[in-house]
Amino acid sequence: MPGLTPSQTVGPFFAIGLDRDPRANVLVDDPGALRLAGTVFDAEGPVVDALLEIWQANGAGRYAHPEDERSDLPLADGFTGFGRCATDAEGRYEFRTVKPGPVPGPGGRPQAPHIDVSVFARGLLNRVVTRVYFPDEAEINAADPVLATIEDPQRRSTLVAQAEDWGLRFDIHLQGESETAFFAV
Amino acid sequence: MSSEVVGYRRDGDGAHPPYLYPDYRATRVRAPERPLLLLRHTLSEVTGPVFGHDRVDAGEADLTAQHEGEALGERIIVSGRVLDEDGRPVRDTLVEIWQANAAGRYHHDVDRHPAPLDPNFTGAGRCITDAEGRYRFVTVKPGAYPWKNHDNAWRAAHIHVSLFGPAFATRLVTQMYFPGDPLFFQDPIFQSVRDPDARERMISGFDLETTVPEWALAYRFDIVLRGREAIPTED
Repeated sequence: MPGLTPSQTVGPFFAIGLDRDPRANVLVDDPGALRLAGTVFDAEGPVVDALLEIWQANGAGRYAHPEDERSDLPLADGFTGFGRCATDAEGRYEFRTVKPGPVPGPGGRPQAPHIDVSVFARGLLNRVVTRVYFPDEAEINAADPVLATIEDPQRRSTLVAQAEDWGLRFDIHLQGESETAFFAV
Repeated sequence: MSSEVVGYRRDGDGAHPPYLYPDYRATRVRAPERPLLLLRHTLSEVTGPVFGHDRVDAGEADLTAQHEGEALGERIIVSGRVLDEDGRPVRDTLVEIWQANAAGRYHHDVDRHPAPLDPNFTGAGRCITDAEGRYRFVTVKPGAYPWKNHDNAWRAAHIHVSLFGPAFATRLVTQMYFPGDPLFFQDPIFQSVRDPDARERMISGFDLETTVPEWALAYRFDIVLRGREAIPTED
């Protein structure tokens, strides 16, 4: 059996290869799209050379992928569910997307709406993975099978975005007191 | 549809590097300090972005021919197969590469290494694997470059490679190295992979069969993504 190829950092110059499409952060191109934005921090401050990737279901909760066989749910034209954004000189990123619908989880229990996030950067030998949950879903979040695995409420709260008048803020702390909860995927 | 999904296997042999590898200085302020939370794969992790052949132009796989003139340097063909841990081809998956030019300089504002830029070399390429998981790029051999991590630190020559595979869980970004590089011993990014066998798997092989006489040398780099867990048998 062939062995896994190890992960390596994207380094400081990933933009050459991975940040070539200035619209890669736009999953939904209309004025009503949800703005999901935030800042990435390391122990010293904003991370100006991080790359974020998101993966999500559409508004109906369907993934644009052949293994999502729930053909009763609509697949919107052109919605790939994937977005990419490099942080700017202040460490900020922004996506324009839609709130995903609920998707099934372990034991057939529905999962609360969420977006899977990967962060790549110089100094990250592996990506870190987290999830964005939605602040207007307190009840469903409380019953979510993945959030339920996080015992510490402070740590659990790092996965819930904050409502702002312009959209949702989701800051990511790679290290330190406010460290975001990261998953071994 | 069954409510239980078949997940992807975990890195049981420790092929991947740790987050914190102090010799690579930037990990000290960026490596998460709390243990990762084990995420049992759900539909969200066994699905992932799908990239069609229509989204990538065939010319994007030739990094030497993206400008008016030809890129400078030693022309090479980099090819191989993307497989999973069961040896099955990973087909129709996006492979993205980026690299320094032959002088060891990146086409990037942040790169201050006083080596020449090549106006005919950007250093980025993309392609989609075929039905056998094969990919192929034409490029120039990247140069080594200094990077200030420690005294007289030089990165071993490498090409960055990014892959998706079939799912969010199979995403991988790695670096391809060249055989016999004298800089391996002092490159903490290369050395961060602690298992010597796994480290060896990041080194491409000289590939005589793929060389084109009178035109280009060749290196082979097979890439292995996570395999799937065994599908539970029905009772």
